[in-house]
Amino acid sequence: MNRYPLWKYLLILAVLLAGLIYTLPNFYGESPAVQVSPLRASLKADTALLERVESILKAASLNMEVATLDGNSVKARFADTDNQLKAKDILATQLGDDYMVALNLLSRSPQWLTGLSALPMYLGLDLRGGVHFLLQVDMKSALDKALEATTGDIRSALREQKIAYSGVSREGDMLLVKFRDAEARSKGEEEIKQRFGDYALDSKDEGDEFLLRATLKPEAERRIQDSAVQQNLLTLRNRVNELGVAEPVIQQQGVDRVVVQLPGVQDTARAKDILGRTATLEVRMVDEEHQITPGAAAPFGTDMFKDRDGNLLLVKKQVILTGERINDAQPGFDSRNNEPAVHINLDGVGARKFKEATRENVGKRMAIILFEKGKGEIVTAPVIREEIGGGRVQISGSMNTMEAQDTALLLRAGALAAPMEIIEERTVGPSLGADNIKRGFDSTKIGFIMVSLFMIVYYLMFGTISVLALGANLLLLVALLSMMQATLTLPGMAGIALTLGMAIDANVLINERIREELRNGVTPQAAIHAGYDRAFGTILDSNITTLIAGVALFMFGSGPIKGFAVVLCLGILTSMFSAIMVSRAMVNLIYGRKARITSVAIG
Amino acid sequence: MEFFKIKRDIPFMSYGRYTTAISLVTFLLAVFFLATKGLNLGVDFTGGTVIEVHYAQPADLVKVREQLAATGLPDALVQNFGSSHDVLIQVPLRHGEAEPSGAGEAAEQLLPQSADSVGNVSQLPLRQDLAGAKLSEQVMNSLRKQDDSVEMRRVEFVGPQVGDDLVENGALALLLVSFGIVGYLWLRFEWKFGLSALIANLHDVVIILGFFAFFQWEFSLSVLAAVLAVLGYSVNESVVVFDRIRENFRTMRKTGVAEIIDNAITRTMSRTIITHGSTQIMVGAMLFLGGETLHYFAMALTIGILFSIYSSVLVASPLLMLFGVSREDFIKPEKTEAEEVLP
Repeated sequence: MNRYPLWKYLLILAVLLAGLIYTLPNFYGESPAVQVSPLRASLKADTALLERVESILKAASLNMEVATLDGNSVKARFADTDNQLKAKDILATQLGDDYMVALNLLSRSPQWLTGLSALPMYLGLDLRGGVHFLLQVDMKSALDKALEATTGDIRSALREQKIAYSGVSREGDMLLVKFRDAEARSKGEEEIKQRFGDYALDSKDEGDEFLLRATLKPEAERRIQDSAVQQNLLTLRNRVNELGVAEPVIQQQGVDRVVVQLPGVQDTARAKDILGRTATLEVRMVDEEHQITPGAAAPFGTDMFKDRDGNLLLVKKQVILTGERINDAQPGFDSRNNEPAVHINLDGVGARKFKEATRENVGKRMAIILFEKGKGEIVTAPVIREEIGGGRVQISGSMNTMEAQDTALLLRAGALAAPMEIIEERTVGPSLGADNIKRGFDSTKIGFIMVSLFMIVYYLMFGTISVLALGANLLLLVALLSMMQATLTLPGMAGIALTLGMAIDANVLINERIREELRNGVTPQAAIHAGYDRAFGTILDSNITTLIAGVALFMFGSGPIKGFAVVLCLGILTSMFSAIMVSRAMVNLIYGRKARITSVAIG
Repeated sequence: MEFFKIKRDIPFMSYGRYTTAISLVTFLLAVFFLATKGLNLGVDFTGGTVIEVHYAQPADLVKVREQLAATGLPDALVQNFGSSHDVLIQVPLRHGEAEPSGAGEAAEQLLPQSADSVGNVSQLPLRQDLAGAKLSEQVMNSLRKQDDSVEMRRVEFVGPQVGDDLVENGALALLLVSFGIVGYLWLRFEWKFGLSALIANLHDVVIILGFFAFFQWEFSLSVLAAVLAVLGYSVNESVVVFDRIRENFRTMRKTGVAEIIDNAITRTMSRTIITHGSTQIMVGAMLFLGGETLHYFAMALTIGILFSIYSSVLVASPLLMLFGVSREDFIKPEKTEAEEVLP
């Protein structure tokens, strides 16, 4: 009666073997590494880059253990941090601004394990050290910005169509356009409805004033807020790239929050600086009177900047427009010849200034310069073909789709769409992280040993089986965490210890039941059978209630608590398997082979 | 080896009057301390900044306090953390930071309404005036001036918006766990079981909170997680006893309700003590070896485990009797089936 069919043994064996393989990478530890990833969408990490990195390192005679191509980056592993730091400096200078060179840690596990995508557990920030920021996007100011921009746009639209109006003003979330008579209002309404589809209009007469009230439609409001968050995410990604962080996490959380996690970053002051920096755009005229002499200072009244390809250009000091006048920039196509283009939308004031500048400078080149960290770079320098009015500008010619996207992104991402505020920060130093790992590991180890000793002394053979099952539980839990790459936090490690303590419950239930059956005079085989059979329902019930608590914690917990919840839930599942299946298999192997046994060693 | 060789059932139910009195007294005491002293809520819930620093030599707290007061932080709480080398600095949220939305509106009203001001907002991506997040740098710079060996171990800054969310989420999690457990036990047993198990375990939760209020231990997010885990875990205990009660109702046909419950408790007692003992060994390892971060987490678990032994046996079962559990609760379905068969 206490026998398993062969397939059950094989299944358990297979599961345990898989558990062992996926747990293995955790034993190899990690080595310092350097990670090189391209910063522009047009560049790819490929074998050419891999060879280049290898040859640079070889030329510098740095001892590299192995270099691999991984996703969109090249990673090189070193024996010690000394070589790693040297390699980082050399690579950063030789590869230039197009690539990000970051310090990282790489698993030392052998190639065949990595090939099975068996990776070590993913450690949370509290274990590996690093910074966690929660930023809140100020949605109200994103809407304010849109409303302000529209105020100017309505003015210039009405002026363009020569519709008489006496004023455009903003009152809270509403735009008020005043007309002198009903006829002008209906014309104006027609015009505004056509051009500003995002606004709901209604008319109102107040004394002798004919008013038109415009409010943002809810869906437009949502779209503006959504794109504000998206643009902020983009900007943050660009800026974090510059920090040289190996595995940054930048994610939207909820409607208006952004999580930024920078593992390994210690210099929080610099991180905050870079995240909060403002980039500015300037539009200036290209100076074509002077000759460029490389190395020499720029002639009086001009500045010298590089463009994206590294060519030098002289531009006048006088600023026509700043980036704040740009409402939007989108990649698209030229309607005439279908070439890739960037469409820029200027606000009312910007449109007026742009019109004046283009009228006076037809045939000349205009430069759009991005200033970041006090350093200017020319994004693009197109030739002015004709006078451009209305605030809709198109830059086209000699660019491909990718470049159009890059340029549009730069024009937009230079600045944040809406201000952000850090509402939560958690920084863990590297020494504390290492301490936390040690403490978590030690308490699990000591606890496990003590529980094991007690179980073996108290239940003899069945105790030993329970301990082995508990070991299998630990193995499977670590394997699952490694496989899923779930984030392991310090509370998560506490969760491992706690689930082990709780998992023993199932075996205690079974062992006590077997003892009781034996006491009632049942034969040993029947007692074992009844023990497992009857305890099963109880084990299921008690685990499900804990699972409910785990799921609730997962749903409502954040950060480290979520890590605890994940471990708790997974631990319950693995403990059910190991306490019931694995221990039963062992009991069956030991006691089930003989038809009749006289005694079992259960204490 | 066997610790519990109990020959006769222990008449737990006849002690009902005393145990209920004990429960009531501890419960009321816990409520009393919660009401008068309140929980010592950690930075997770109140908002503010916590900085943990490490010195190469034992830290001079007085000097640290003076230095911080000179930097304009006289309200900073400075204390040792774990060892004499480690110092924990807590800075509460200032009034300026307490109402960020109000301050934000004020800043926006300063902007002129003309179109020329568009974009000024984007010049201020991080509000400098509300830079609670900058505080940690300020503190570290000032401490470094005094002693170069100081090392930053940990910084936690929680803005007021986050704290409120965490309190709300914690309450929601507690509700979900409670309803989930009652629902499940109702499904599996009967509403009487679900309700008495829940009351018994919420009684544990209140007592854990009472301990934290009485000793003014810091109540952080991880303590909350521990409390919820205990809620799920200690229901186990009630489930095991209830399971036996149900089984006894089926097998011991002629025994009274009180005797059935006594028998169930007595027979599961060995398992109860050993299971909780094992879990407590693990938790104890965490309590003593897990460091300061896990200390209160393990403490909440310890109290929870100890009281869950008591409450599931001596609170849940008397409650079950009070709700009038009877054999009919379990053999009803068979009866209706039999009736249907009859003409």
